[in-house]
Amino acid sequence: MDATALIGSLAEGAPGARVEQAPSVDGQPTVFVEPADLLAVLAFVRDAPTLRFSCLADLAAVDFWPREPRFELVYHLVSIDLGQRLRVKTRLAGSDAHVASAASLWPAADWLEREVWDLFGVVFDGHPDLRRLLMPEDWEGHPLRKDYPVQIRMTPRTSEPVQVTEAEFRANLQRDRLSRQ
Amino acid sequence: MTASMPGLRTETMTVNMGPQHPSTHGVLRLVLELDGETIRSASATIGYLHTGIEKTAEQKKWQQVIPLVERMDYLSAQSNSLAFSMSVERLMGLEVPERVRWIRVLIAELQRINSHLVWLGTHGMEVGAVSVMLYCFRERELLLNINEMLAGFRMFPSYIRIGGLREDLPRGFHEAVREFLDRLPGKLDEYEDLLTKNEIYVERTRGVGVISKDDAVACGLVGPIARASGVSYDVRRVFPYLGYDALDFEVPTRPDGDVYSRYLVRVAEMRESVKICRQVLERISPTGAYAVDDPRVTPPPKHKVYTEMEALIQHFLLYSQGITVPAGEAYVPVEGPRGEQGFYVVSDGTNRPWRVKARSPSLLACQALARMIVGGMIADVIAVIGSIDVVMGDVDR
Repeated sequence: MDATALIGSLAEGAPGARVEQAPSVDGQPTVFVEPADLLAVLAFVRDAPTLRFSCLADLAAVDFWPREPRFELVYHLVSIDLGQRLRVKTRLAGSDAHVASAASLWPAADWLEREVWDLFGVVFDGHPDLRRLLMPEDWEGHPLRKDYPVQIRMTPRTSEPVQVTEAEFRANLQRDRLSRQ
Repeated sequence: MTASMPGLRTETMTVNMGPQHPSTHGVLRLVLELDGETIRSASATIGYLHTGIEKTAEQKKWQQVIPLVERMDYLSAQSNSLAFSMSVERLMGLEVPERVRWIRVLIAELQRINSHLVWLGTHGMEVGAVSVMLYCFRERELLLNINEMLAGFRMFPSYIRIGGLREDLPRGFHEAVREFLDRLPGKLDEYEDLLTKNEIYVERTRGVGVISKDDAVACGLVGPIARASGVSYDVRRVFPYLGYDALDFEVPTRPDGDVYSRYLVRVAEMRESVKICRQVLERISPTGAYAVDDPRVTPPPKHKVYTEMEALIQHFLLYSQGITVPAGEAYVPVEGPRGEQGFYVVSDGTNRPWRVKARSPSLLACQALARMIVGGMIADVIAVIGSIDVVMGDVDR
């Protein structure tokens, strides 16, 4: 099934969804979907008996800063039964990047969406547990964004060793011993 | 127990396993909630090995990314560089010569055997069969020697390049590979003697860490784990690349979805890989084309660089400016040792990638781990972690 036939069946199965065929260099069927219709389209391609895209192979995000709409989410779907691949893309604005979570459709989406949130700062509405996945929890910023600074030169911070006299050292020991009694 | 003894106070215990634990294959951390020895809930924490390879790749030229991606999944380095090169070649519209395709198939299959041997050795050791580890590493050493012969580097050869290979095959390569292929099947029988009907091993692995067919697909575990659950999906079969459709091989599957099935599937895969290697070795001539004849990606031969001005300029441009890849995006999946592996590459038409996204099978396997161990015993956690064959470098990237 080629991309044109696929879009035809999408228009039948998910009425009202704004879907357009996208050009693809590598020959994989690719469609663009409006963010508001994304979940309906994904649910349709997963459940439709003629498509059965039961596997979410990967979720990639691309930042096209400074172009707007800035983010592009790419869902790589595989139909195991039919031996077909499909790429579903959606574009998100930079100011308020959020889209419905697909974690209810595929358990695989859970960590994939957490990774995108972590590295790009795209919010997935309805995600059960949207925390950072790879970066530490107190990290500031989203490192894979194109406006995130790279190769920052920082002067190394050093600290001088603490100097204590012998009298202070003995007093410290004594205080420590007393506090433990 | 609790019901028969009223008034007895019981509570669950939370146990932290890892990140520094010898059997978590690197730095995987599991927080387990235990009721006695039974696991009530589990959650995995990853990211301890996050090195930002995808971000670094955006700062590098296209050909500089190859050594980077080889270090993601460090047990199957050449599957990574193969997947990356194939995506870039698709974007540039390059067709590599037939000889290069067969050499790549041979390298990819040897890499699969290599990775499965490490897996079998470590997994065997973790469930108590230490001798298997020693045997597997013995045979793996021979594969590393072949890598060294091929590229001068044992773990990360960077031999596969965009547009072909780095250089031609070394002298004596065919003999070395043939010798290994003659040796391995007998050794595989030896490993199977140690494990397949070993009462202790079978008791520890059969019915443990079960994942159903539908769950495996929904969790994205396409690869040996899904094949052990009865999903006969193999990228080499379903989306053939490099001429795999002309080769004769089986896709082993098992219906049960437990740790024992994953063991059987991987051992059978090694035998199939030997079969594939034998077929392609016959098709590779000792010398011949080792890269596509395209001045955009392939440097001119050295004797021309030293004698011809144009060749010198071309060489200089290739190594200072790098390869220019037309704008677009491509994703070409390959079957790595851990499942479908691929790189979604986006180019803006310059000499540096705009975005490189790795599909990492280990990440999804790690995610599904909690599903496989909840309800089981804590002693089985080690067997299950071993069976899903995660490489933390690939999980965290």
